[in-house]
Amino acid sequence: MTDIPIPHTWVLALSAALFAIGTLGVLLRRNGIAIFLSLELMLNSANLAFVAFAMTLAARPDGAEAALAGQLFVFFVIGVAAAEAAVGLALFIALHRLKGAIDVDRVNILRW
Amino acid sequence: MLGNLWLIPILCLAGAAANLALGMLRANKRLVSIVGVGSVGLATVTTFIALSEYLGQARDVIRETYFTWIAAGEFVVDASFQLDQLSAIMISFVTFVGFLIHVYSIGYMHGETDRGYARYFAYLNLFMFSMLVLVLGSNLPVLFIGWEGVGLCSYLLIGYYYEQEYCATAGKKAFIVNRIGDFGFLLAIFAAFAAFGTSEFLGLREAVAVDPGGVRAAATVIGLLLFVGAIGKSAQLPLYVWLPDAMAGPTPVSALIHAATMVTAGVYMVARTNFFYQASPAAMLTVAVVGGLTAVFAATIGLAQNDIKKVLAYSTVSQLGYMFLGAGVGAFIAAIFHVVTHAFFKACLFLGSGSVIHACGGEQDMRKMGGLRKHMPITYWTFVVATLAIAGIPLFAGFVSKDEILAKVFAAGAVDLNHFGSLYTLLWVLAVAGAFMTAFYMFRAVYMTFHGEFRGGHEAEHHLHESPPSMTLPLIILGALSVVGGILIGFPGQLFHRPELNRIEHFLHPVMAPLAAAHGEVANAGQAAHGVSLPTEWVLVITSVLVAVAGWMVARNFYVGDQAFAPARRLAERFPFVHKLLLNKYWVDELYDAVVVRPFFGLARFSWKVVDVVIIDTVFVNGSAFAVELTGDFLRFLQTGNVRNYALSVALGILVLAVVLW
Repeated sequence: MTDIPIPHTWVLALSAALFAIGTLGVLLRRNGIAIFLSLELMLNSANLAFVAFAMTLAARPDGAEAALAGQLFVFFVIGVAAAEAAVGLALFIALHRLKGAIDVDRVNILRW
Repeated sequence: MLGNLWLIPILCLAGAAANLALGMLRANKRLVSIVGVGSVGLATVTTFIALSEYLGQARDVIRETYFTWIAAGEFVVDASFQLDQLSAIMISFVTFVGFLIHVYSIGYMHGETDRGYARYFAYLNLFMFSMLVLVLGSNLPVLFIGWEGVGLCSYLLIGYYYEQEYCATAGKKAFIVNRIGDFGFLLAIFAAFAAFGTSEFLGLREAVAVDPGGVRAAATVIGLLLFVGAIGKSAQLPLYVWLPDAMAGPTPVSALIHAATMVTAGVYMVARTNFFYQASPAAMLTVAVVGGLTAVFAATIGLAQNDIKKVLAYSTVSQLGYMFLGAGVGAFIAAIFHVVTHAFFKACLFLGSGSVIHACGGEQDMRKMGGLRKHMPITYWTFVVATLAIAGIPLFAGFVSKDEILAKVFAAGAVDLNHFGSLYTLLWVLAVAGAFMTAFYMFRAVYMTFHGEFRGGHEAEHHLHESPPSMTLPLIILGALSVVGGILIGFPGQLFHRPELNRIEHFLHPVMAPLAAAHGEVANAGQAAHGVSLPTEWVLVITSVLVAVAGWMVARNFYVGDQAFAPARRLAERFPFVHKLLLNKYWVDELYDAVVVRPFFGLARFSWKVVDVVIIDTVFVNGSAFAVELTGDFLRFLQTGNVRNYALSVALGILVLAVVLW
């Protein structure tokens, strides 16, 4: 097996693409669950960027610690995302009980 | 006592504080009298002890510094008193006359409530404290503290009967008019410090004496500004209007504050800072002109007044004019001499009028008096003696001092003082005319009040009575001083080749000494008097005697006998306009009302209705609130309640940030 490293720009490009898709999903979808999934996509695109930079830094002689920090951050993000999922899903359940749907456009009474 | 001069005013202050406390505790009048009169009595004794010690030692000036009052960079003011010949004279007559009037007040105010009585004596004691600080202060700021203090007490005492609106109004008028003068005084203090770097009288005198010609501009500015203060406090043209109204206060107050002491503070101040005036012919001339005009102007108003206290009030304004006239020709000693004799006879006149008013049950209109001679002989005789004194009948106190002023004014004209000779001669003519009027209106008051038949009705006639001893005793003492006070302290010895008999002239000379005569223009009229020959001086004396007697005789013709009042009435009918003019005091109050008071009210109303209500309240306060509300009305539509819109704005915001930061 030849050890050809993937150039980190590729990984970053993938991360950016995922982030853009996630953002569009958040902005364009009405279904709460779909927005939520898009949000997860954005978070994970950020994780990907972290990992890409960690990989690059690890190749440097003095970058070991920074690389470690980048990888650790990914775990934090995953943790936060899990907590957020718990809160978000609870919200949607409550919303569904109230309105019979999870369409965010129907939840707009907090306005002028 | 020397070394502890502060004791003298502090005794009076302690009396004031004690009486305030007694008033709150509703103590009886006996206790209040003991504290009020006792504290001033002690101060008087202390003063005379200090005086005898002062005369028994060699130094001219005793300056006592108690602490540093203000220290701000180079501006240092000590709380310090100064006893020299001038302040020695001032404190002795202030405490002595003040004490007599305190005694008199016991009788005069006995009808007041206990609280009112205590309040009255507290104010009166506080006044004594302030007046003593005024005359003892060794620098301008300390003098100013006393100056403001007496103004405050004057306000409080004029408004003593504050339940009556006109009394409260008169108090306010006095305070506000004085404030105009005080403004000038304050500027003078600043100017003096700016020009000479000190506010001590001794330091200022030295600084001016070094080169009187060189500091003429500064001396003129300071002198004129100080004189603005004196005009307010001593009721000269054009700020005299508060003094006649001040008669709304109790009569002993009029005697103490508005005749004997406080109103002469302006003269004292000019005499105290005489070096500025000596260095400035212009300032000196201003003092003389204002004084001379006031002397005549107020005397003419006095001719037609019917309220006995108003006659005395205008007379006071007029006599203060004479004092300034004297100061304005450099005869500072004669001015102070007249301050002292005036304190005797005018206090006697006011207290006498108080005794009359007391007997007539508060009536002040002389048309409703008459014939009181029979009912109150002591009051009558003391009043007559004081009238003889003010009218200038020879050897009475007022004659000696007034004649000295007139002689000095004439001399100033004769030697062409500061090249204003003809003006000074004109002022002398005016002053002689004023002396005639003085004699007339004073004897008019005597005849209207004490001679003829009582015109106040039977009811009131039964109540006529002589006043109690606490009131007549001060009258007798002041009456006696009105007779001998003048010749005792200032016998015109120069007329008899015995100048050493003029004690006050010699005594005060160190304080009033002419500045170095390096510049010939500023001459002291004290020297100028030598320019007039002895026969001329005698002619002047005879002239003023004749003038005084003429005034007396005219008044006698007008107001005595079967035809009493008829000649005066005929004269009034002959010249109705003049009579109305004098009766209405030249409509000066009305003029000030139209020119100053009303525009000021207009300005105040404008500030209220336009500046405050429209600009501040409506435009600034409500306007800004309205603008915020209006903006909010539009901006609230951004709040759609749709979470996707918010997400979009967050995304766009980040996009913009990213573009900007790139």
